[in-house]
Amino acid sequence: MKIAVCVSHVPDTATKINIAADGKSIDPSGVTYVVNPYDEFAIEEALKTKEKLGGETVAISLGGEANKESLRKALAMGIDNAVLLKDDSNRDSISIAKALAEEIKAQGADLVFCGKQSVDLDNSVTGQLISEILGYNSVSVAVTFNLDGNKIICEREIEGGKEIIETTLPAVITAQKGLNEPRYASLKGIMAAKKKVIEEKQPAQSGSYLEIVAMKRPAAKQAGKIVGTDASAVPELVRLLREEAKVI
Amino acid sequence: MTKILVFIEQRNGQIKKASLEAAKTAADIAKSLNAEISAVAVGNEINSLDSVGGYGVSKVYHLKNAELGNYSSSAYTQALSNFVNANGTEIFFFPATSMGKDLAPRISVKMDAGLAVDCVALNVEGGQIIATRPIYAGKALMDVKINSTKKVFALLPNVFNAGAPSDQKAEVIIENVESPNLNVKTVEIKKAEGKLDVAEADIIVSGGRGMKGPEHFGMIEELANLLGAATGASRAVVDAGWRPHSEQVGQTGKTVSPTLYIALGISGAIQHLAGMRSSKFIVAVNKDKDAPIFQIADYGIIGDIFDVVPKMIEEVKKIKA
Repeated sequence: MKIAVCVSHVPDTATKINIAADGKSIDPSGVTYVVNPYDEFAIEEALKTKEKLGGETVAISLGGEANKESLRKALAMGIDNAVLLKDDSNRDSISIAKALAEEIKAQGADLVFCGKQSVDLDNSVTGQLISEILGYNSVSVAVTFNLDGNKIICEREIEGGKEIIETTLPAVITAQKGLNEPRYASLKGIMAAKKKVIEEKQPAQSGSYLEIVAMKRPAAKQAGKIVGTDASAVPELVRLLREEAKVI
Repeated sequence: MTKILVFIEQRNGQIKKASLEAAKTAADIAKSLNAEISAVAVGNEINSLDSVGGYGVSKVYHLKNAELGNYSSSAYTQALSNFVNANGTEIFFFPATSMGKDLAPRISVKMDAGLAVDCVALNVEGGQIIATRPIYAGKALMDVKINSTKKVFALLPNVFNAGAPSDQKAEVIIENVESPNLNVKTVEIKKAEGKLDVAEADIIVSGGRGMKGPEHFGMIEELANLLGAATGASRAVVDAGWRPHSEQVGQTGKTVSPTLYIALGISGAIQHLAGMRSSKFIVAVNKDKDAPIFQIADYGIIGDIFDVVPKMIEEVKKIKA
């Protein structure tokens, strides 16, 4: 079995986001980039699946040279091979998914893990797009994953509960927090990853349907009223919520 | 005439509120684009489907099969893509619920349409729809337009106002679906016991590290119950295993915009603020007067939550009595 993991390289969640001078992108200065947190769950699930059932794992990332850092991390955690689809252009989700799908097909992967969303543009659509482009089955926002022969059983998080879903390979699974506990890379893993060659490929160009008109900061919120400094302020707080805000 | 379609989500045969918000918004956009609007639902028996008429959509198609009661990505995608391609739909609106966010990208591939999800505002400018959507969990916003002829939008729940419905009833047209593709099948739904989800709630009562331990969340649950609210949590307490991840608000959790957000013992890390700052009213209770949460709170009490929260429960009980 060949297992592919899609990895994106994103600003750390603790980073402050500033808009660049062009008004259509973020200012990268001072931003620390990391493996997309949800992709760590995807990497872990690929590793666990390989450990249980055998096979080969490959991490695929689309983007610039810097994405190699995140691929290197995937290798350090134990992924066998890594491919960088080198592309510095601005692509929308569909264009990204087309390039990833093409590489997944070239790799002959029949099981694909993605994070449920990248914490940069927060689209949460790439896994679903890839599965439709490839004609694979898919489950998004998975919190459990079990593969037995060809059969997959997953729990998928929904509002106020979970759907238990059955499907079969080939499949794309998108990982939600809680799916597993991602391992730390061992020192041995880190050393081995340094020696590995990350294969570079030129993805096919495909136009974007989505055009970014502007990026902006959310409207500043004014700090409100400090109602008091102990429990004696509660009756006034409740009155304000009831009579001024009219929300309770 | 441009054909606009809106997806009406049902679970257990009941229409979800987020799809009525989408219906009203889509109907308003259809008016300003001089376009034709209809709605489509997928399911088995669906209660009061004609009620979408009250939100400005006069025709609703019901793609029906006994096997379609529960969500199936394969079967719903097949039924909807066959429908839109036969119908000639150009613009398709979804609620950005867990179902809508799973479906919208699949349908966009089948329609060869551009896609904008989690929209929080839609404005028509010169015949073009400009969609605003949060990025970096709400630390920034992005305005986008879709340049392909066919377009798919998914609208963040609780943001667009469905308003009060009129008495208008929609015409319901049933189309039976033959042999649905159940390659991906929901075999069971596990409901979290009587719990409201933070993504759907009008009021959220959230606890953070200031709660000092999982054993103290009983008072958060009590206050939430009294207010008909969902219980939320900060990342710190979810990572500590005090609360389930489904309650986590903020980046790597859920982005929410309830009418009222009550933050108890939450200092307001950047990831948390990003995910809840668009709440209409924010109440914060924290011991630390410099906690960042106070910078965005409408009402704050600088105090010990172990004194303040029991008093809040007492006062709310009085007004609910």
